[in-house]
Amino acid sequence: MLHVMGIPILNLVCYVPLAGFFIILLLDRKSVTAIKWTANLVALLDFILSIPLILSFNNPSYTDPLTNFRYIIKVPWITSLGAQYYFGIDGISLLLIMLTTLLGFIAVLSSWTAIEHRVKEYYALLLLLQTGMLGTFMALDFFLFYVFWEIMLVPMYFLIGVWGSERRLYSAIKFFLYTLAGSVLMLLGILALYFDYGRQTGVYTFNVIELQRIGFPFGLQYWVFLAFFVGFAIKVPMFPFHTWLPDAHTDAPTAGSVILAGVLLKMGTYGFVRFGLPLLPDASRYFIGIGGKSFPWMMWLCIIGIIYGALVALMQKDWKRLVAYSSVSHLGFCMLGIFAATPVAVQGGVLQMINHGLSTGALFLLVGNVYERRHTRLISEYGGLSHIMPLYATIFLIMTLSSIGMPGLNGFIGEFMILQGTFSDPTLRIWSGVAVVGIVLGAAYMLWLFQRTMFGEVTNPKNELLDDLNFREAFCYVPLIILSFWIGLYPQTFLRYLDDPVNRVVSKVRGSDYFKLSIPVADATTSPTVAPGTVVADRPAPHR
Amino acid sequence: MVDIADKTALLGDLIQNSALIKPEIMLIIWASFCLLVPKDTRRWVSIFALTGLAISGFSLYWTYGYQGSAFGGMLQLDAFGAFFKILFLTNAAVCIFMSRKYMDIEEEQSGEYYCLILFATVGMMFMAAAVDLITIFISLELMAICEFILVGYLRGNRRSNEAAMKFFLLGAFSTGLLLYGMSLLYGLSGSTSLEVIAKAMEAGAAKNPLMLVAMITLIAGLGFKIAAVPFHMWCPDAYEGAPTSITAFISVGPKAAAFAVLFRIFLSGLGPVATDPTYLRLLSVLAVLTMTWANLAALTQTNIKRLLAYSTISHAGYLLLGLIAGKDNGGVTAVAIYLFLYAFMNLGAFTIIVMVRRKGLVGDTIDDLKGLVTKNPGAAIMMTVFVASLAGLPPTAGFLAKYAIFSALIEAYFKTHYTYLVILAVIGVINSVVAFYYYWLIVRAMFLIEPTDDVKLTFSPGVVTALTVTFAVTLGILLYPEPLLNFARAASNSFLR
Repeated sequence: MLHVMGIPILNLVCYVPLAGFFIILLLDRKSVTAIKWTANLVALLDFILSIPLILSFNNPSYTDPLTNFRYIIKVPWITSLGAQYYFGIDGISLLLIMLTTLLGFIAVLSSWTAIEHRVKEYYALLLLLQTGMLGTFMALDFFLFYVFWEIMLVPMYFLIGVWGSERRLYSAIKFFLYTLAGSVLMLLGILALYFDYGRQTGVYTFNVIELQRIGFPFGLQYWVFLAFFVGFAIKVPMFPFHTWLPDAHTDAPTAGSVILAGVLLKMGTYGFVRFGLPLLPDASRYFIGIGGKSFPWMMWLCIIGIIYGALVALMQKDWKRLVAYSSVSHLGFCMLGIFAATPVAVQGGVLQMINHGLSTGALFLLVGNVYERRHTRLISEYGGLSHIMPLYATIFLIMTLSSIGMPGLNGFIGEFMILQGTFSDPTLRIWSGVAVVGIVLGAAYMLWLFQRTMFGEVTNPKNELLDDLNFREAFCYVPLIILSFWIGLYPQTFLRYLDDPVNRVVSKVRGSDYFKLSIPVADATTSPTVAPGTVVADRPAPHR
Repeated sequence: MVDIADKTALLGDLIQNSALIKPEIMLIIWASFCLLVPKDTRRWVSIFALTGLAISGFSLYWTYGYQGSAFGGMLQLDAFGAFFKILFLTNAAVCIFMSRKYMDIEEEQSGEYYCLILFATVGMMFMAAAVDLITIFISLELMAICEFILVGYLRGNRRSNEAAMKFFLLGAFSTGLLLYGMSLLYGLSGSTSLEVIAKAMEAGAAKNPLMLVAMITLIAGLGFKIAAVPFHMWCPDAYEGAPTSITAFISVGPKAAAFAVLFRIFLSGLGPVATDPTYLRLLSVLAVLTMTWANLAALTQTNIKRLLAYSTISHAGYLLLGLIAGKDNGGVTAVAIYLFLYAFMNLGAFTIIVMVRRKGLVGDTIDDLKGLVTKNPGAAIMMTVFVASLAGLPPTAGFLAKYAIFSALIEAYFKTHYTYLVILAVIGVINSVVAFYYYWLIVRAMFLIEPTDDVKLTFSPGVVTALTVTFAVTLGILLYPEPLLNFARAASNSFLR
């Protein structure tokens, strides 16, 4: 286990923001500058502390050979209930944790001038939120996971409710009630697995790895899948549970939107990859329609999400709402990849989570920049900004292209892998074809947005005196742009962390002989972009 | 004629048995002394009463090791009783802490007030130990009569008088129902002892059609005490009118005591009957009605005491779920955990409301808390934690409580495969989402709405103590809940024997 200053690294990364929360609570409300500096430094420190996670990720001494999870912390907690304090990460959570610490820092930095009242509470809550999110990605115990999952809601509620725009009270409570409704049903699902595992083995545990060891009967999986589905699908959000998202995103302050879109939504997708599919493989196959024996409910919902989200985005007059609906569409892609459950598709789905975090996070920041200057989000108020704010327009262009999947940028890799991976399963091939429509529509609404806001003459005199981005604002985008190009040009750096965990998920869902039938697994793990899935899927997918 | 030797034996027996109820005896002595406190030193009477509670607590500690029956099977000393007695003593202590300054503001500071609180506590403590219909009834009446007077304690306040009157009339009616049920039980089994009743039930008395009448009247009578819908009408009125400290007191202690009695009667006395699915379904209907109706009614409340009254009713619904889950599936443990944690979070929330009261401001509407965070962030954060806990959000105590209940239901499902248990659990969790909305109205008022006038809280050493204790338990219990879980399990086990 990696220790920094005698503290296990995961604990340190997770609780540094919490420590920052308490420090800010102790500071005087009026010393605004001190509060801002503290929050920024804590967030930066947290990001720096998370870098060793990636550097020594493949160090065998930090790896548990049995589960392949790294930096494990396992402490007895509520022994009589079988709940442990159990932290550990694999490649999927590693990338999401890095994304969280990066976006967390950027969100804090971007708020420097945007937030003027109740500064102390604002930064304190942002840091508390950070701890909640990191804990969710690290927890390998269902009880612990649930605690972190719900802790996040409270700071997010306040961020929307206090610092949001016009309809903030409505949007905040809507966000909260929706998510809560999903998560309490998920809790019942967790309890069902817990007791069924106890019935089968005589041991009662919330340890997620242990729960994966045995098979649950299909009847139970069916209902638990539905319970998990409600919990995670609301968070993602998948159609028809998406209605909270446009409200919450639109009314949240900029940093809140960045965190919401960049990280919070990923908890739903993460939940499916980490818990939904591996714990409930039979029900997953049934609902996804793998093998063509059942109605493909999940595929339908993904496709509806992709196309419906894109169509609604086309019609938006509000800049931020447009980006919010584009999230519905993009998350539909992530879910399509994950549900397709071929190695390439799942890797693409996970990578697309990161891509969406980078590009949509940046797009929300960009909206925030002009909103801070003009206090309006109506697209019709803008036009010709590229003449006044050239730097801004350049960054906006890069992020737009990243979002619509321009080759050379990150979005392309993710979407391509999802489509190709889905296509490689003969029974799901059709969905890959339909999903392409979403990409076309995505290009339409994003480029149209770009055209309406950036090009043309400056029609609105209020826009003529706008300042271009200052150094701090521009600095926020530097890591995002670098990463977008990096993933777009050489995704292998990131994909290699996903091979093993994704293959484990796929072999859970499709049976472990899925890999044996084609090229050796060793090949598959070294060159995932060659796509073992394609070779395999020329024959009917193995079905248990 | 009893001869001398018998008399001596009897006397010895009495002395021995009395040693077992030392905590209650101590409290009775202290309560009586409270009445004797001279007028000019009455500001010390609260501290005097607290000393009584502390001494009672210590004697409880000394008698804890003893398990068995006392007074010829009238009382049962076990971990179950001890668990509840600790709960009642804590409840009384926190209420006295918050009362001290509050009763000054209400200008009703007097020894009788504390005396009544202590006597009501004695009643509850006997209720938790009683295993005979006679002792159950007497101790319940001791508690109830003290409650009636306490609710009407603000003599000059019309609302308080009205509340007491309503409470008393409906209370007397429900007592009649309960007594009727008890007499039927006696008729069916030939004894008032729960142990004998249980044997008679096994022998076939359960099949008598009168049993249904007995069950219904018992459920109605006790349903009144726990304020289950449709027997809840008194609850919002009594809570609104009573002095706030007394609202806090009666929202926790008597509820818990009534649940203790409910368990004694239904699980040990009527064990074979009460586990019958027919009656469980009857109870399920009651539980669903209670949760759903209370949560819906609470949505429109503007008075925070009424809101918390409906919240108490809905919590009674969740607690009934624990009873339905049954004793073998951790149902009793879950209810014990729930009641214990509920005591702390609810008392904490009421402490904040007590602090809003000052000269010239009743301070019992949600609007009175508007913008509290700007004036007093600490209190606002604490209130948020209490409210989040009442709503059942992790990482607060309320989550552990709700978790225990739902986990018991699911466990019961895996043992019996009755589908209605899962349906109950789903209705329960959906209810907790509804409940969340109205609890969050309080948070919304404190944090999101700008203050219109000056929010000023009345601080005193008493309320600070009460807040510290309740806050620490509410937020800290999830870090190390093991002792509580073990104690609750011991309570459940000792009770089942």
